[in-house]
Amino acid sequence: MPEIFGVPVPVLYGQLLLGLVNGSFYALLSLGLSLIFGLLNIVNFAHGTMYMLGAFLAYFLLQPLGLGYWWAVVLVPIMAAGLGIGIERTILRRIYKLDHIYGLLVTFALTMIIEGLVRVWFGVSGLRYAVPDSLSGMVDLGFMKLPIYRAWVIVAALGLCLLTWAVIERTRLGAILRAGTENPALVKAFGVNVPLLVTLVFGWGVALAAFAGVLAAPLMQLTPQIGHSIIITVFGVVVIGGMGSILGSIVTGLGLGLLEGLTKVYYPEASSTVIFVVMILVLLVRPHGLFGKQ
Amino acid sequence: MTLQRNLLIALGLAALVVAPAFIYPMLIVKLLCFAIFASAFNLMLGYTGLLSFGHAMFFGSAGYALGVTTKFLHWPPELGILAGIAVAALIGFVAGAVAIRRQGIYFAMITLAISQLIYFVAMQMEWTGRDDGFHGIPRGRLFGLIDLENDLALYGLVAVCFVLALLAIHRIVTSPFGLALTAIRENEPRAVSLGYDVERYKVLALTLSAALAGLAGSLKALALSYESLNDLHWALSGEVVMMCILGGLGTLGGPVAGAFFVILLQNFLADKVGEWLSVIIGVVFLSCILAFRKGLVGEIAAWMERSRKPIPGQESRR
Repeated sequence: MPEIFGVPVPVLYGQLLLGLVNGSFYALLSLGLSLIFGLLNIVNFAHGTMYMLGAFLAYFLLQPLGLGYWWAVVLVPIMAAGLGIGIERTILRRIYKLDHIYGLLVTFALTMIIEGLVRVWFGVSGLRYAVPDSLSGMVDLGFMKLPIYRAWVIVAALGLCLLTWAVIERTRLGAILRAGTENPALVKAFGVNVPLLVTLVFGWGVALAAFAGVLAAPLMQLTPQIGHSIIITVFGVVVIGGMGSILGSIVTGLGLGLLEGLTKVYYPEASSTVIFVVMILVLLVRPHGLFGKQ
Repeated sequence: MTLQRNLLIALGLAALVVAPAFIYPMLIVKLLCFAIFASAFNLMLGYTGLLSFGHAMFFGSAGYALGVTTKFLHWPPELGILAGIAVAALIGFVAGAVAIRRQGIYFAMITLAISQLIYFVAMQMEWTGRDDGFHGIPRGRLFGLIDLENDLALYGLVAVCFVLALLAIHRIVTSPFGLALTAIRENEPRAVSLGYDVERYKVLALTLSAALAGLAGSLKALALSYESLNDLHWALSGEVVMMCILGGLGTLGGPVAGAFFVILLQNFLADKVGEWLSVIIGVVFLSCILAFRKGLVGEIAAWMERSRKPIPGQESRR
């Protein structure tokens, strides 16, 4: 069996694939986080919780309601967006005038509340969500066996990221949104309904996180804690990439997922910490992040 | 006002002396440890205006440092506590030097990420006992004289440390250094233009805050003879932010009141509401941010201020 630096090639590819899968989740989450921060000036601590909620909503749709995976793919982001819109209208709206830290703290409180409710409802033991039949199985690529579901995750996540990018960079709505990020008062003066825009962006960002949760549901044991470490990792990703650029978020997310996968092969002890080490190095060399503006 | 304050201080000290006669001493020890922790945190958010979201890394690391030095190296407890403080201060210095390279809310995200790094490192290390926790930390004899296995003796140590910590914080915030910190909080560009080396002040503030958080963490580990990964987890970092804000930022008594409130609420509700606990605490915290941002002590102070409004006409003389 061929090896690269003492690691069998199929193992290496397998880990790289896993890294890409994780990287797609990082990309989806950091993209939403940047969008929300750009327009709302809020660092949404509840983003990991929305990811977790997405996975649990998928489970909920299946278990009592009998709606399968494809229903979840469509319905869960809509449900999450609805929840996000409700939260923005009732709670976040009250704190825009305050210091940034209150945004982080309010969303931290929301994390406690939502996660607590999920624990009350579903319990703390791990739940299983089966891979849908239509996406189970493997394809033999010759150099490795590719599980179809993982390929789908990467394609779907990146597709949605690129769609978001296209909307923001290539459409009129996106142009208004970018202008709103630069100078909301001026955009308002032109007659644009900025508060509505803010609500929609929060809903969209949350929907992206919940979508990531649905994609992740068949890949892991579902516990209310699954959002815990991913949100901190995504904070690291965002610090490394800088919150200014959308493509930057996507590229950084994927790249760091791959790096994590590689570390898992060659130095597994460091795989959970490598992103934070990179973050510290980047801060020392390029304090504003790889894609950040001054 | 000074009379009122002295009275309050005298009452507080008297309460510290008689409390163990009425309340289980180990509960008060826990309350005091978290009160020190929250007060240390207040030095950052309350007086310097920087939100550190990784304060658990100082609290927990100090606990492990105390555990290693007293259990494996057989150091006496006072040196173990100093080791905890030193380790926490060192981490605070390094984390501060890294985190100040970005402005604003990034400070919170970077401190959070660094504390997560330390959490994962602790989880990898054999000697921390990982998920099982670090057991068998000896309480030992303080200065070789006082046997800390006695809960009351331990309580005495923690109470003295608590008073000293509050004194230290009071001394820091009223010193020229502390005033410079407040200036940075109020208007950073102005502080820069006045010639203050803002970054040095911030790093030093985080180092001091970390050292005091380390004191709290060491004492807690010593009291429970046990240290666990929970003390390094970001949930605890969030909890200390909560204590501080619920009690009242930028006041000496606020974090103490907030820590007492949160710990007592947790103790009181823990076996009654089960998983609802975090929902309830989350709702309390949320409503506090939305409606009572000054916190318990801050709102009371503001209310007292309002109730002794000067008589019209007198105001001009001030």
